[in-house]
Amino acid sequence: MSIDKETVKKIASLSRIAITEAEADAFVPELNQILGWVEQLGEVDTSKVEPMTAVIPNQLRLREDVVTDGEIRDKILANAPIAEHGFFAVPKVIE
Amino acid sequence: MTESTYRIQGGTGEWEVVIGLEVHAQITSESKLFSGASTEFGAEPNTQVSLVDAAMPGMLPTLNGECVRQAVRTGLAINAQINKYSRFDRKNYFYADLPQGYQISQLYHPIVGEGVIQISLDEKDPDAHGKAIGVERIHIEQDAGKLMHDQHPTMSYVDLNRCGVALMEIVSKPDMTSPKEAAAYVRKLRSILRYVGSCDGNMEQGSMRADVNVSVRKPGGELGTRTETKNVNSMRFIQAVIEYEAQRQVDLIEDGGTVVQETRLFDPDRNETRSMRSKEDAHDYRYFPDPDLLPLELEDDFIFDCKASLPELPDEKRARYKNVLGLSAYNAAVLTAEHETALWFEQLLDISDEPEKIASTAANWVTSELFGALNRLGVGIENSPVSPAQAAELLGLVADGTISGKIAKQVFEIMLESGDGAKKIVEEKGLVQESDTGAIEKVIAEVMAANEDKVAQYRDGKDKLFGFFVGQTMKAMQGKANPQVVNELLRKTLG
Repeated sequence: MSIDKETVKKIASLSRIAITEAEADAFVPELNQILGWVEQLGEVDTSKVEPMTAVIPNQLRLREDVVTDGEIRDKILANAPIAEHGFFAVPKVIE
Repeated sequence: MTESTYRIQGGTGEWEVVIGLEVHAQITSESKLFSGASTEFGAEPNTQVSLVDAAMPGMLPTLNGECVRQAVRTGLAINAQINKYSRFDRKNYFYADLPQGYQISQLYHPIVGEGVIQISLDEKDPDAHGKAIGVERIHIEQDAGKLMHDQHPTMSYVDLNRCGVALMEIVSKPDMTSPKEAAAYVRKLRSILRYVGSCDGNMEQGSMRADVNVSVRKPGGELGTRTETKNVNSMRFIQAVIEYEAQRQVDLIEDGGTVVQETRLFDPDRNETRSMRSKEDAHDYRYFPDPDLLPLELEDDFIFDCKASLPELPDEKRARYKNVLGLSAYNAAVLTAEHETALWFEQLLDISDEPEKIASTAANWVTSELFGALNRLGVGIENSPVSPAQAAELLGLVADGTISGKIAKQVFEIMLESGDGAKKIVEEKGLVQESDTGAIEKVIAEVMAANEDKVAQYRDGKDKLFGFFVGQTMKAMQGKANPQVVNELLRKTLG
């Protein structure tokens, strides 16, 4: 698998990362190299191997359904560039 | 099944509509899917937000067991396959109502697989007009926050209270072919969710909303390209979207255009859908397994307990009402559509020693008298001013002949207003039915004496006058005479 400059620009835009034309040019070989390394893993036949999700035998634990959190609006809004009337205020987004 | 053959008449002939629905149902739980913040509706903005919901760095999700249980119970209720192994994935997109920058969802391994929902297109006789709609899958995911655009001239306000609340996405197969079928499907799904208790089904508060997939094709032809209209939040709007989209697509194709697979938005004020241009590249969600969460593995015991905890569901209940209690198809359908109604009706029957005997009378009374009164008062059955026990007392008085059905209606009105019991009202107002033949015969004699001309006419063959004599006798006795006895005695006396 290899990617071109258009793909790089699209990924950047989907990730909301601003890049210049020059940076996009530089990323093409860089990302292709990384993908190439990852593709080497495909050389190993893993068709009979269970996917490993943790290094030790571990299970997803379920939480009790009780309210233990919230009522911390000041903390939640503390880092917001703008907060008004208890809301985050952001540049208008409307369909 | 003629009533379901919905067709769009185009210039080039008839078109068939193919509909699939993705219903988002808020799972009933105290706390959120991955955090301990409350899910209660209507709180002050951003007061029910934890650092997890606000996606502060380093915060980790912990899964709410109740949400898993409710999704499994819902799956079992529609006879779906329960996947003992499921997994959470990240669906990546940027929007101001989503602080994480991704929604935790289940793309590759949903918790529930294929199931089926039986719908009916005629509530008067559901069995004769049924159709099975396939469910593709149910998965668990997080809801997003809420944006408000009308509070400030240049800013949008963000409230994260809803952010992280658990949703079930219930994905149907493209098995529906008319707006009516789609509405019947949502109605039935809502009924099942409410029976199960996994979602309150409150569409006004957004607890249930649907993404509506519509495409058109020539009858029996290849599937057309579909559009998806997002977040439609009422039964009426769902039908409006289908009607509008089907017509728009037919017009577009017949004018030489092609339908573009896209996301659209419904505008209820204009009754039309329009393209959401901003989401054009949003289909590229770059899903990948959430590294913060291990796979979800369910034990047999857990699934067994979920199954055991299910109540009698609407289809089983309806069959029992019809076959065991002997109710009409219509009454059985109406009484089982809402869980609250069925519970109320069953409480009423439980008071009787012989429920089967009074079931039909009680069913008729609930669907006519009680529903009529509740409609007038604008309250649901759960807030009925008359309790099942009080209703049983009233029906008991009719059954043992103490009062007539007509008087029962009067007594019921007084019960609604005063909250008093039926027996008390009947005694205080002297409404006890007169079944004493002597007293009734005396009144009949008076009525006949006062209307000698009509008696003669009746005896000459004017049978219709019988009703007149019944009316006069009842009137003279203030409606308290036992109608059966009056009929019998009149026939005898008039000859």
